[in-house]
Amino acid sequence: MKPWLYVAPALALLITFTYVPVVNMIWYSFHYWDGLSTVMAPAGWDNYVRVFTDERYWQVFRVSLYYFGASFAQITIALYFATVLSFNTRFRNLFKGILFFPYLLNGVAVGFVFLYLFQPGGTLDTILGGHTPLWLGDPDVANFSLAGTSVWRFTGLNFVLFLGAIQSIPGEIYEAAEIDGANRWHQFRHIIAPGIRRIISLSVILAISGSLSVFEIPFIMTGGANDTRTFVIQAYDTAFQFRQIGLASAMAVVLLLIVLAVTWVQRLILPDEEVALS
Amino acid sequence: MLARNPHPNDRRATGMINRRHLFGMTAALALLAGCTGGAGDDTEQSGEITGAITVLTNRTDLVDTALPKYAKAFEAKHPGTKVSFEGVTNYEGDVTTQLSGGDYGDVLLIPNTVTVDQLSQFFEPLGSVDSLKPKFRFTDEKAYDGQVYGLSVGGVASGVVVNKRIWADAGITAPPKTPEEFLAGLQAIKAKTKATPFYTNYKDGWPLSIFNSERSILDDPAINEKFPADPAPWQPGKIQYLTDGLLYDIVHAGLSEKDPLTTNWEGSKPMIASGKVATMLLGSWAIPQMKAAGSAPDDIAFWPFPYQTGGKFYSSIQGDYKAAVAKTSKNKATARAFLDFFVTESGFAADQQAVPPVIGQPLPKALQDFQNTGVELIELPAATTNAGKEDLIIKDSEIDLGGNIYRQKLVDIARGAAKGDKESYFAELNKRWAASQARVMK
Repeated sequence: MKPWLYVAPALALLITFTYVPVVNMIWYSFHYWDGLSTVMAPAGWDNYVRVFTDERYWQVFRVSLYYFGASFAQITIALYFATVLSFNTRFRNLFKGILFFPYLLNGVAVGFVFLYLFQPGGTLDTILGGHTPLWLGDPDVANFSLAGTSVWRFTGLNFVLFLGAIQSIPGEIYEAAEIDGANRWHQFRHIIAPGIRRIISLSVILAISGSLSVFEIPFIMTGGANDTRTFVIQAYDTAFQFRQIGLASAMAVVLLLIVLAVTWVQRLILPDEEVALS
Repeated sequence: MLARNPHPNDRRATGMINRRHLFGMTAALALLAGCTGGAGDDTEQSGEITGAITVLTNRTDLVDTALPKYAKAFEAKHPGTKVSFEGVTNYEGDVTTQLSGGDYGDVLLIPNTVTVDQLSQFFEPLGSVDSLKPKFRFTDEKAYDGQVYGLSVGGVASGVVVNKRIWADAGITAPPKTPEEFLAGLQAIKAKTKATPFYTNYKDGWPLSIFNSERSILDDPAINEKFPADPAPWQPGKIQYLTDGLLYDIVHAGLSEKDPLTTNWEGSKPMIASGKVATMLLGSWAIPQMKAAGSAPDDIAFWPFPYQTGGKFYSSIQGDYKAAVAKTSKNKATARAFLDFFVTESGFAADQQAVPPVIGQPLPKALQDFQNTGVELIELPAATTNAGKEDLIIKDSEIDLGGNIYRQKLVDIARGAAKGDKESYFAELNKRWAASQARVMK
């Protein structure tokens, strides 16, 4: 009995705030409901059929590709800095702080700051001078600008994850490697990269699910206009602008299933084996 | 006409869903689950006027300044009462959530998310349309089955706000009478002055929705009734073609701001006040705000939408938000008394330069000037037999007539940032609208 007593608070919170809402959401997804009405008309699979047949609902996934591409840039940058700062670099704590800082900022604040940066004649144009595109106004550029903002914001998180993992690698191994004549690149290639494999694969899963469910940055900066609409913005508008809670719930369930499927495939390809550094 | 343009202070929710997107989403939906609706007890609105009430308002800018003065006047008239205001920043979204939770104050403004057939679920009936119509304007806008559920706290007229000094610099002193004259005027401004001829406020979005408030230009009192019956409103000569078409033409001719994605509503006020921008399509509520934003308030004028029917301008006056008594209120008598006081006696409409909700009270100065330019102010009756149908088509088709999403796309197409042209986009809109219209009106 006693173990149950200890996990009870955690279970209660988990069930109340995660599983009950998810079950509710699945329930809504099979109904027509505007969020206010006392009656919910059963919809069968209609909402799901609409999500898959109306191209407006799934073509927004194309926008996710920009963020997906950007997340690899993000992982690379984070890995680079984490590796560099794991060695004895001058001012390393200062640089750690600088790199992690953007992640601490509120997403809304980040959106506004970058909005000013991207304005015609704004900071970015002043620095670059000459012929610059409309960073948000040109549909060919807008998604890159937004994905870039996202990289700026979330690199810090990846960085801290990688740094923590790298620092958990015992120091003797580096010493041994150095005695054997390994340079920095060799150390990265043969000690660090295999040592933090699990964190890297976790980052890739987070990158995929994150790029499918981008919301804050495009919502604040463009509101989804100019071909920057993401799946979650579309779901938000469907739920709260057009009050089709059932349809929006179906979209959220579809997103959940896609993320689960991607994770599952990823685990199949990269099984989670114990890493032994020796 | 039910999905009406939001109030100047009402902006879209920002950052409501958090970075753990999926679970943020489920949590937000769970909030909505709560309990649906509230039963409410059956205390009469005619009981003793005493005790405390809470009033929800969207005017967070007035909640500590002007509003308490009205509360004090009411408390002086009815000793023993206590009125407290609660400002809600994201009024539409937050109050909708509160409605489904069952706790939403005693007096509140009806959010536009509530469809007319749901009014009786959340609000007390205030009287029949027939009994209130002789005394108040805008009674049918929040009415269902002959019962009125909300009274307007002040009305607005539709039209364009212009900096007339800039228009005069371009050689135009009288309001253009046709869309072509209007476009020619904007061209002249572009050629002769440094000002941006027309500012869309695309980024904030809701100013684009005001293109939906111009149905009066056709002088057809039945237009709101006919609208949901029409499967193709984007056809030449019809209202959507006229208004959305003008927006398209303005943007297509390069007469609007260079980068619509970085517009800023608060920043646009001093721009028009100082003459950096010449024109914006807004309601009459914007006049005092624009005048206050610069050092030359006399430059700001209000012109009718550039279209005439039978040689005459028509501008509709519409009630802004309507105030209502909550069905869950424990103190309906006081709530009702305060609502009546606020609408008829407080002077709120006059202070805000709005059309007074009580018939017979004088129009504010800005609107008298507007009327003097030869504009007829008309009230368009809401649909009755087709009541609520337009909302249903909007929701189903996701063509937000009273919003900005499809108009932003229109602007994108017009400025060459998205594929298509005016005809192809209007054809697509007609097709989507017709499909939903058939589902709703079957």
